[in-house]
Amino acid sequence: MISIRNLYKTIGPQRILQGVDLEVDAGETVVVVGRSGGGKSVLLKHIIGLMKPTSGDVCVDDESVVGLSERELVRIRKKIGILFQSGALFDSMTVEENLAFPLREAGEKDENIIAGKVAEVLEVVNLAGQQNKMPESLSGGMRKRVGLARAIISYPRCVLYDEPTTGLDPIAADSINHLIRRLQKKFQITSIVVTHDMKSAFHVGDRIAYLHAGKLYFTGTTEDFAASTDPLIRDFVEGRSRETE
Amino acid sequence: MLIEKIGEGLLKFLHYLGEVVLLAWDTVVSIFTAPIRWRLVLNQMQEVGYRSQLVVLVTGGFTGAVFAAQTYFQFARLGMGSAVGAVVAVSMFRELGPVLTGLMLAGRVGAAMSAEIGTMKVTEQIDGLRALGVYPVDYLVVPRALAMMLSTPLLVAECAGMGILAGYFVGVVMMDIPGAYFVDNMLKFTGIRDIEMALVKGFVFSLLIVFISCHQGQNAREGAVGVGRAPTEAVVIGSLAVLVTNFFLTMLLNAFIPAGV
Repeated sequence: MISIRNLYKTIGPQRILQGVDLEVDAGETVVVVGRSGGGKSVLLKHIIGLMKPTSGDVCVDDESVVGLSERELVRIRKKIGILFQSGALFDSMTVEENLAFPLREAGEKDENIIAGKVAEVLEVVNLAGQQNKMPESLSGGMRKRVGLARAIISYPRCVLYDEPTTGLDPIAADSINHLIRRLQKKFQITSIVVTHDMKSAFHVGDRIAYLHAGKLYFTGTTEDFAASTDPLIRDFVEGRSRETE
Repeated sequence: MLIEKIGEGLLKFLHYLGEVVLLAWDTVVSIFTAPIRWRLVLNQMQEVGYRSQLVVLVTGGFTGAVFAAQTYFQFARLGMGSAVGAVVAVSMFRELGPVLTGLMLAGRVGAAMSAEIGTMKVTEQIDGLRALGVYPVDYLVVPRALAMMLSTPLLVAECAGMGILAGYFVGVVMMDIPGAYFVDNMLKFTGIRDIEMALVKGFVFSLLIVFISCHQGQNAREGAVGVGRAPTEAVVIGSLAVLVTNFFLTMLLNAFIPAGV
């Protein structure tokens, strides 16, 4: 469904991505892991055209998104939902208005249908009855769940998760992991999860891609990644910096 | 070295100008090709038009009052006190009304627009809009531009009207100018051409303020300093643009809408 070919991205003097290749099939979940600031979020933003590559190509359903104008990208973006690291909720709107936003923008005028869908997705993310709250009164975990509810309310075929468990307590993080799994099973959604939380990666991923120094150092099944004896991968999985006191 | 610096500055200025013009062009394209969100336009009209009335009326009123007083102090010595009404009315329509309204809006509305859009940018809300398949210019700039285009000429008219009323109060009630002479001279030397100039200037200033402010917001840098700087720059650039454009607009419009009878 998503194909990334020889992707390069340079921002100022920094070479963020240096030839990334990744294929994601329909229905599978690929987790992109790597160190903070390594370009994982940048990679994710290229998929829906929020960033333009220096060179290389990104295809969604065999259609290149590189070179499409903002207006042409609307068609691609309707197929893909994204959960931003911060949730990216509209802070001047209630939870209900945030969730209703994509529906209203898609032309839905029947308020009963909108209210029904909002209630339904809030139930999916275990936030039933929170319609009237403002984003500022929600905890970090709740905000991410509302962001996720907004990403899935239009039933996209693919969801991109940018650090879904970062900044959450272990229980909230586990709850988000279960939620991602539940969505995969319930809606057969293709997912790309960007994280440096290995517990989350092993929990939700079918495959893992390890981004290191701007390239995919490893791409394979979750089991192969866990069993790898490569020192670079072991250091990352076990959280070893090799620094001494 | 100096020439290099001047050239660099000029290039930066042209680059900035190009970006603002492109945003304006994009907005025009959006207005004619994308659905207009009228609810947002009305919300913005409330913000831009309704909520700016007090500041515009007070500014216009006190400027008209002090202008009438100063004019009277000078003209009375020449025995021309009754000409105060004409001077105040022509000045309020042709210059003071549009410029003062433009400056007030650049401060009040321009700062708010750039701060709001800047905050949305750094908190990924604009990326959120794009990811949801909504073009930010359609959603953020078009409603603000339409609200400004519709509200500003009306605010200019209010400002000028309030200035003339205040001038009348100062001239007739406080300085004892006969009311009939005040009004008669005012009507004799003020025409529809002066009102036209006020409205055209108001319309042009509304475009300057909205595109400069939205551009500053869209280009706000990350962090509190970046978001804080956006409205400051929007107000400074917007105010200067109003003042500079006013001069050239006056010279240009005077060819089409000449002053005097």
